[in-house]
Amino acid sequence: MTTVTAATQARAERDRLPGFVRRLPLHLFILFLIVVWLVPTIGLLVNSFRPPEALTQSGWWTAFFSPSQFTLDNYAHVLAQSNISEGFVNSLFISIPATVIPIMVAAFAAYAFAWMEFPGRNLLFIAVVGLLVVPLQSTFIPILQLYGPNGFGIAGSFLAVWLAHTGYGLPFAVFLLRNFMGDLPREVFESAAIDGASPVTAFFRLALPMTVPAIAALAIFQFLFVWNDLLVALIYLGAQNPDNAPLTIAVSNLVSSLGGGWQYLAAAAFVTMAVPLAVFLGLQRYFVRGIVGGSVKG
Amino acid sequence: MDPRLVTAVIVVVGVPAVLVGYIWLTELGLRLFGQRLRPRIRPWLWLAPALAFLAVFLVYPTIGTFVRSLHNKAGTEFVGIENFAWFFGNASSLIALRNSLIWLVVLTAITVGIGLLIALLVDRVRYETVAKSVIFVPLAISMVAASVIWTFMYDWRTPPEPQVGTLNSVLGSAGIAPVAWVQQSGWAFNTILLVVVMAWMWTGFCMVILSAALKGINPELLEAARVDGASERQVFRGITLPLLAPTIAVVTTTMIITALKAFDVVFVMTSGNYDTQVVAYQMIKQLYDFGQPGRASAIAVILLLAIIPVMALNIRRFRAQEAIR
Repeated sequence: MTTVTAATQARAERDRLPGFVRRLPLHLFILFLIVVWLVPTIGLLVNSFRPPEALTQSGWWTAFFSPSQFTLDNYAHVLAQSNISEGFVNSLFISIPATVIPIMVAAFAAYAFAWMEFPGRNLLFIAVVGLLVVPLQSTFIPILQLYGPNGFGIAGSFLAVWLAHTGYGLPFAVFLLRNFMGDLPREVFESAAIDGASPVTAFFRLALPMTVPAIAALAIFQFLFVWNDLLVALIYLGAQNPDNAPLTIAVSNLVSSLGGGWQYLAAAAFVTMAVPLAVFLGLQRYFVRGIVGGSVKG
Repeated sequence: MDPRLVTAVIVVVGVPAVLVGYIWLTELGLRLFGQRLRPRIRPWLWLAPALAFLAVFLVYPTIGTFVRSLHNKAGTEFVGIENFAWFFGNASSLIALRNSLIWLVVLTAITVGIGLLIALLVDRVRYETVAKSVIFVPLAISMVAASVIWTFMYDWRTPPEPQVGTLNSVLGSAGIAPVAWVQQSGWAFNTILLVVVMAWMWTGFCMVILSAALKGINPELLEAARVDGASERQVFRGITLPLLAPTIAVVTTTMIITALKAFDVVFVMTSGNYDTQVVAYQMIKQLYDFGQPGRASAIAVILLLAIIPVMALNIRRFRAQEAIR
């Protein structure tokens, strides 16, 4: 009893302090983390505006003392490559379907794993998640044979990469969505079933809307992985059909063909980063408190 | 009009339509069956698209990996466990195993720990989106570019050359002698430095997913506890943490697997020198540099088997989740 009173008093005491002062340690700590995380990024950003000689001879921070050395040449060079805009469009063509398809396929599977009874459910689920550990490199040769002229004959097409990214992205997508769907309250689905809702209705009207934050998070990452992927694109697209090559292939050609070319890599990193960052910011608004709480009550 | 644009529109609109149509059709098709059979068949129809993709792109190649791991270099002769015996009887593999274990523990601890901390803290401030974007940015930088910038961070020049590396320059301004960061293999110091690079990238991943889970917690629940006089710490321990536990388990599992598969940072920054090799990098080297698909496959199989304990813990967690909901 006395401890409770003491705690309440301490809280009342604390509440008397102006809000900003009371929360100052919180702000300072977040600021500290932000600075720690930003330093390497700022280093890369500054270097992307410096000529190659300066890059290897002095630290990036010295650029602030002699601002005259800043140059837009690296960006100009990267953007002037004829295949950069082509690669940008190709990257969008690859990334959007390769994000939408696995999320939908995974959502169906996740719902079945979370809310339908069938024998071997947990074991099958664990096997699906266990596939996360398969090194992608070990799948390339068998899949290329399937894709080749003796198989489906789709090597080099966008379809080949869409399907491959769907397969590779599914284990994590199913894992994440099954967990969020499994956490939804049972009463919601039971009362829906009593009201005569079919599983299809329950899925589209209840399960999907209630997992919106998880789907947004998943969309951010699947898009990011596909957008930044070089390996899968190189194997299934690049070698067979340069016209369909995404931005990552265009950038890697730019860097390696010049032997090093670190300054271009830095500039290219910021050019390619813009789109995933826009996706991240765009999907932020789905990270809203209370989507689940509201639906449970209704 | 660009024919590819037409294709893209067809795919973005058409594929979801086909998938939704598929689920509706299965429900219609299920009407052919009796009431008691329907719930038994339905889950398999919902799982079918996912299982088909997984079977083709991951299971089928993995079966091949298993078979190859038991064969010689050319794949012509069955050699039993020879490739596995080679791996475990090899001094550099043992260092790789030790390093992979360090990666697993340190990477998972930093990314999940700091990711959770940030998700919780920025939830209370107005500049949440700005703070989260900053932590997210490294993930959007390509792996190679990230390795390049950290090469600049850890750079070391033989004195008296001027130090252009960020860390050594900070030390220098404090009057401390420069350190050859990634060459310090004592106590696996350099391996931990490489893990830091990866942690810098992946903390944003854990933060975004944990933040999504945090937003899913019913605010009325927290408010009710506060009204009842619970302190912030009690609210966290009693409500927030238990409700976040399943998601913490998901990101922990994912990070453990990411740590086991990580090789890019090692490849770009040290090429496995100075005792920094890891198991996944050994596999890539056997596959591409030494032309040993049998040995590479054996390492892939070892990685697959290594996650069985993690998966067993996940099964226990699912049973618990189902018991309480």
